[in-house]
Amino acid sequence: MADIRNNFVGIKSPNPFWLASAPPTDKAYNVVRAFKAGWGGVVWKTLGEEGPPVVNVNGPRYGAIWGADRRLLGLNNIELITDRDLQTNLREIKQTKMEWPDRAIVVSLMVPCVEEAWKAILPVVEETGADGIELNFGCPHGMSERGMGAAVGQVPEYIEMVVRWCKQNTRMPVITKLTPNITDVRKPARAALAGGTDAVSLINTINSITGVDLDSFAPQPTIDGKGSHGGYCGPAVKPIAMNMVAEIARDPETAGLPISGIGGITTWRDAAEFMALGAGNVQVCTAAMTYGFKIVQEMIAGLENWMDEKGHRSLDDIVGRATPNVTDWQYLNLNYVAKAHIDQDACIKCGRCHIACEDTSHQAITSMLDGARHFEVIEEECVGCNLCVNVCPVDGCITMEPLAVGAMDKRTGKPVSPNYANWTTHPNNPMAKVAAE
Amino acid sequence: MAEGLFKEGIVGGRLAPAQYADNFSDLHPPLDHHEALVESDRCYFCYDAPCMQACPTSIDIPMFIRQISTGNPIGSAKTIFDQNILGGMCARVCPTETLCEEVCVREVAEGKPVQIGRLQRYATDVAMGQGKQFYERAAPTGKKVAVVGAGPAGLAAAHRLARYGHEVTILEARPKAGGLNEYGIAAYKSTDDFAQAEVDYVTAIGGINTENGKALGRDYHLADLTASYDAVFLGLGLAGVNALRAEGEDASGVSDAVDFISVLRQSSDLAGLPVGRRVVVIGGGMTAVDAAVQSKLLGAEEVTICYRRGQEHMNASGFEQDLAAANGVVIRHWLQPKKVISDGGKVVAIELEYTAMKGDKLSGTGEIVRLAADQVFKAIGQSFEPAALNGSGPSVAMEGGRIKVDGEGRTSLAKVWAGGDCVVDAREDLTVAAVAAGRDAAESINRALMS
Repeated sequence: MADIRNNFVGIKSPNPFWLASAPPTDKAYNVVRAFKAGWGGVVWKTLGEEGPPVVNVNGPRYGAIWGADRRLLGLNNIELITDRDLQTNLREIKQTKMEWPDRAIVVSLMVPCVEEAWKAILPVVEETGADGIELNFGCPHGMSERGMGAAVGQVPEYIEMVVRWCKQNTRMPVITKLTPNITDVRKPARAALAGGTDAVSLINTINSITGVDLDSFAPQPTIDGKGSHGGYCGPAVKPIAMNMVAEIARDPETAGLPISGIGGITTWRDAAEFMALGAGNVQVCTAAMTYGFKIVQEMIAGLENWMDEKGHRSLDDIVGRATPNVTDWQYLNLNYVAKAHIDQDACIKCGRCHIACEDTSHQAITSMLDGARHFEVIEEECVGCNLCVNVCPVDGCITMEPLAVGAMDKRTGKPVSPNYANWTTHPNNPMAKVAAE
Repeated sequence: MAEGLFKEGIVGGRLAPAQYADNFSDLHPPLDHHEALVESDRCYFCYDAPCMQACPTSIDIPMFIRQISTGNPIGSAKTIFDQNILGGMCARVCPTETLCEEVCVREVAEGKPVQIGRLQRYATDVAMGQGKQFYERAAPTGKKVAVVGAGPAGLAAAHRLARYGHEVTILEARPKAGGLNEYGIAAYKSTDDFAQAEVDYVTAIGGINTENGKALGRDYHLADLTASYDAVFLGLGLAGVNALRAEGEDASGVSDAVDFISVLRQSSDLAGLPVGRRVVVIGGGMTAVDAAVQSKLLGAEEVTICYRRGQEHMNASGFEQDLAAANGVVIRHWLQPKKVISDGGKVVAIELEYTAMKGDKLSGTGEIVRLAADQVFKAIGQSFEPAALNGSGPSVAMEGGRIKVDGEGRTSLAKVWAGGDCVVDAREDLTVAAVAAGRDAAESINRALMS
């Protein structure tokens, strides 16, 4: 039986599934329900400094986009950090940690960018017995207008500075949460590492407008006729998040820096993918907000079953396994040839592969054969682009089949070369490196 | 329990009064907004969609479903009406299970097609509910066209002709327009007087004058029309009913299923409508099922459909057969009527002979079965009655007992077109096929008038 116990920068949890700092972790009531459901840990919703708490809007805080059957694909929120009193939160954190010692409780923090503010809050958090802190340098809405959240996360120098203050003023592990609202995520990660962070977590939410009310011409969510960009999350952001995780994992300057993966994780498979790309554990929010806490049970069982099936004994066996396979385009093997193949028994003849290829790609799929509706790949035209696979509504019906070395590529009329060759040495590349004599 | 439940003979009031409304409510209740969105999301927007190919009127089904899913039911209705101005009724009565939904790729994939018919009803209901008219008459052309018969073919032709600016006169023998939509469809398939609402919706385009109570051959002749109109469209339908060819079939209690269906549709008091305790319906098509199911719904204790061939030969679709079975109708096969037994002039039983295929010919085996029956319905097909048409003047050429037309709906007579059930090769006698024929003939008429 696979062992999915997690040790992330010394913080132990029975599984790698944490709830991200967000509405579901704002108070003990929710967190206790999450622990009862089986979540391995939580990052408590971001605390601010002592004093009157922030206030939230009293209209809609969330917007969304949906797929077929109104499946929620992307969620956006304009909720700020906790609007509850600091002492109440600290009391509940302490109580909950006492009652659930085997679960991880990390506390998210966001205070003004001055050392005194951090010096003030760190000891009171440490006193709760929390396992660590997460620095919220990511929230893109509201708090960033006040010089916090993403406003810090977008300036690597500030990140380094604040991380250093924290490392100097607490014994707790420090996780630095990064904003995706930057050009190159490696820069803030490097800065966090330079400041001494124990780990980074990413991604926080993405600046977004989820919709426009076409009666009032107001962005959604709409507050009294106006809207403000919110933080976007949910399944739709997963590819963006995974790329950012991989970029940090494969950056020589930050290689080995522990990563807590966040962004649209909904199933065990999503989690396994993040971990394969280098995340030591994962944090979940939107999926729980969509379906409730019970989903963690599917994640736990799914991860265990997959690991058992593949013979992976512990999380160490899977973390980072895909990282070396993430490379630059210029190193992709241009001698690799694949062709689409349509399983005629599985095909339901919707014709979407044909029209996608015919209208927008390479005219490589038939629509008729001998007067009958029939969809088949024309290998002479197929460039192996995978669009047909992606638009087919039947899982596994269309597959990309690699051509064996020596087999004839009917499109080029040439046999598949046994040699690896990439753009750096390609004759069409004016910058091509000449092979060593 | 109503007093009349097991009363012998053909009587009304077999059920408690409240039961009738319940029994004759909508067979397929309309989809509400949420249901329509969920269902429309199931459509894959297929390329060269099989459903569209299967539709006799070639409605762009993937497009109208996509328009529902994007919150544009009005645009969706226009997509439907562009091809089929009677899309509302077709949504209710089309045997979708043998047309669009049979070939839906989700039927192929999962055995659960997108519910195209119910989505079509959703969109057309929205538009018709708002009285939204999509078409305006073109400038008057001064051309006059007579349309004989206000059934689906005639209405479709009239609407298309009116769009082109021609002046249309519909001559209809019955008191109401609608044809089989009004008189020939089971009540639970078209509730709330939808057929008349649809006639009003179609004729609201203007330029269509309907004259009821005007029967061809009785009140006027084809030659009168060709003399005073620029073109004539014949959408006569089928007035005749095939005979049983069974001894004693003129007994009281033996009647045509189409008449029963018509009377039922026009009845404002279903409780007062008489029906037998034991009903036998002879036939194997939609009409047989409509009559049998409605007999059951009126409170008949035993209803049996007897069909002279096997289950696989029935014209009634699988869905219709299941509907009959679900309503407690027994369907028996390989039985042909031989003799109606009566007592005091009233039917009390029917004798049927078992049949079998001998080579490719159907013949009786000699074995006889007797079924008790106080009411027998004949539903063995309708036939075209040419007398009214060809009573005077030049004759319209016939073929296979119906009017012969070419690919555009032209008859052998200049200025005369025809379509719908009265035409040879009318596809499966379907409402939707009649609509297509009327529409296409109107296009041909317009081309001829304007060339």
